[in-house]
Amino acid sequence: MVTKIKIDPITRIEGHLAIEAVVDDGVVKEANSAGTLFRGFEIILQGRDPRDANRLTQRICGVCPTAHATASALCLDDAFGLTDKIPDNGKLIRALIFGSNFLQSHILHFYHLAALDYVDAAGAIGDVAPFVPRYEGDYRVTGEVNAELVNHYVRALDIRRKCQEMLSIFGGKMPHNVGTVPGGVTEQLTEDKITNFLWRLNEIRDFIDNMYVPDVIAVAKAYSDYFEIGKGCKRLLAYGGFDLPAGQLFKSGVVSPDLEHEAFVKENIAEDVKHSWYADSGSGKNPAQGETKPEPKKKEAYSFIKSPRYSGKVCELGPLARMVNNYVQGDETTKGLVDSVLGEFGAGVDALYSVLGRHAARALEAKLVADAMVDWLTALKPGEPTIIESQIPEQGEGTGLTEAPRGAVGHWMTVKDKKIARYQVITPTAWNASPKDDKDQPGAVEQALIGTKVKDKDNPFELVRIVRAFDPCLACSVHLLDARGSKLGVFRAV
Amino acid sequence: MAVTKYPVIWLQGAGCTGCSVSVLNAVSPRIQNLLLDELVPGHQLNLMFHATIMAGQGEPVIEVLKDTEENRKGGYILVVEGAIPTAEGGAYGSIGERAGKHLTIQQSVEDLGKNALLTIALGTCAAFGGIPAAKPNPTACKSVKAVFDEKGIETLVVNIPGCPMHPDWFVGTVSVVLFSGAEALELDELARPKLFFGQLIHENCPRRADFDKGKFAQKLGEPGCLYKVGCKGHYTYADCPVRQWNNGVSWCVKAGSPCLGCVEPDFPDGTSPMYEKITLEDMIWSQK
Repeated sequence: MVTKIKIDPITRIEGHLAIEAVVDDGVVKEANSAGTLFRGFEIILQGRDPRDANRLTQRICGVCPTAHATASALCLDDAFGLTDKIPDNGKLIRALIFGSNFLQSHILHFYHLAALDYVDAAGAIGDVAPFVPRYEGDYRVTGEVNAELVNHYVRALDIRRKCQEMLSIFGGKMPHNVGTVPGGVTEQLTEDKITNFLWRLNEIRDFIDNMYVPDVIAVAKAYSDYFEIGKGCKRLLAYGGFDLPAGQLFKSGVVSPDLEHEAFVKENIAEDVKHSWYADSGSGKNPAQGETKPEPKKKEAYSFIKSPRYSGKVCELGPLARMVNNYVQGDETTKGLVDSVLGEFGAGVDALYSVLGRHAARALEAKLVADAMVDWLTALKPGEPTIIESQIPEQGEGTGLTEAPRGAVGHWMTVKDKKIARYQVITPTAWNASPKDDKDQPGAVEQALIGTKVKDKDNPFELVRIVRAFDPCLACSVHLLDARGSKLGVFRAV
Repeated sequence: MAVTKYPVIWLQGAGCTGCSVSVLNAVSPRIQNLLLDELVPGHQLNLMFHATIMAGQGEPVIEVLKDTEENRKGGYILVVEGAIPTAEGGAYGSIGERAGKHLTIQQSVEDLGKNALLTIALGTCAAFGGIPAAKPNPTACKSVKAVFDEKGIETLVVNIPGCPMHPDWFVGTVSVVLFSGAEALELDELARPKLFFGQLIHENCPRRADFDKGKFAQKLGEPGCLYKVGCKGHYTYADCPVRQWNNGVSWCVKAGSPCLGCVEPDFPDGTSPMYEKITLEDMIWSQK
């Protein structure tokens, strides 16, 4: 029997998302993706002072603003001819600012966005808002373990706040830091700030080691069938991120379903728009030449997300993509972390392509970043410069590629007459939650949903657990809009 | 002692969730106290709807909106974060689906606004339009007050601007309402609580002495007053220099950045270019 499941809104994500899935005999047959808010950042940026993009694009998303601060700073560095001139202190402090936001975002995602699908909060706290109403019937963690996980939900509220406080030492404030700018960072570096940062970081590392990672493992043991659910497209893309004096923490590359690595080439990115509400003249373009011409009445479209593809192929981005990229390229620290958790379950790398694999990759990545931040702090040189002066060129082009908590993010800009002539952003959620492309290939989240067995269509835990494991960020997907036509049989995510 | 519970409906419009994240950064009380405890003795908030935090999803949570609007008339607080997209009948933003149709942000703000005890427009987007309403305002974004005025909705709107707003400004405003009632709020001509928006950044700035001595940073990363690198603290009203951000760790000017004027009604169009020195006209505007 064919039924339709519609979940609108999907909550506990950033932004506005809806899902509609066609289920036949208990199995998802079709799922498409679109979003429910459009603001038009790329249009608003045109004609402005290029430096302002660095502040304005952060406001795309209040959960991971530093991702856009970093990508836009790299983009401006490139356009201003500064890429090779950023002082080491500037690179390190940018990474510390960004790293703090990574930790806050990952901890927030597991405990406050995802965990309520697994942990019985109402059972521990009582049937009070905002813990009810909710889906019922599949909370498998009980008793003391459940009570402890709920305590950690509360403790994690403090820890994620402390990540923001740590960030502010160099970033001024959060959300929307002011420290990361073209040329480096604005803060002057002194020893007291390093020590202050270090001891805040130590408390957070203690939480990651002794609560976050063990809690993900505890949830995984109770829900081990979710190592088999939500496999997805298995082609993983990372642009690479955290640009340090000694190289990048996250390696770039594309990993194929049989774990072959190939080098990432930015010119291989193109955005299709066959199923998006944009003029077809813009289809198949690299974002450096990209355009955003809305055409909301276009017939076969169902989303304002474009469909970014790499050499025409669908890719998944995010912690899973980064950890596997590092893993297959032989990064010893990553390999040690991943193998130890896989060993706990007697599983191979293939288990990572799943709902639980994505949560585990995110937790291990938090540990990887937090531990690396100690080295970055130690490498700082008080008294040496943190910034190099920048001048806006008459004309120029820039690209800024980095890794946001949710996956690779890119900014592309063209400057004319010292003003922004074109600004294009491709967010990780645009890749992951993209609609079908010009070849009708479903996007990464769509592929993860198709084939899923839904046990109870009134409480479709499977669908929301799959979607949330990707940590979608709707506000980030600036192109998105689902205004008019929600056709039946369409899964919409943003 | 009997506890009075105030249902809170928190709607997110054309925004970035940054003001929600900022409220998560509250320190005294912490967010867990705001959610679970009596905020002041005998009075407690009850967060019935918040898309980023609540456990539920889909139709049951949309029912909560209808139920609150109809059965708690005059007894709930509406918080709006983000601007209201009004182009094409509100089609550029929806909260969810009701009876097979999109429930637009505009419709839900109007419906819930009508019957609320008061409405808090949280952040510069909700208070004044903010970045989504910046030129050319592609989705015809408006502030909560502008939407209310067009529909003749007379519910009190309190504006707490900022990009994002400071968590203390939200908690402090709610405290006035719980302790003394909404009528006790002292608001300026922009409907901002005077408690937090009564003083110029420049008046309290720790770099004020540098300004008075004529010691100016010529470029970012230098000590001295940030006037020449674009500081908007000369016409921006907020208590950031005294209160500071993120548990008192820092704030924009302390970190070497000019004030961006993010609480002002013309942010960002009137406060940019962000790194260019302000003009005499800007100063005169501020004296209005």
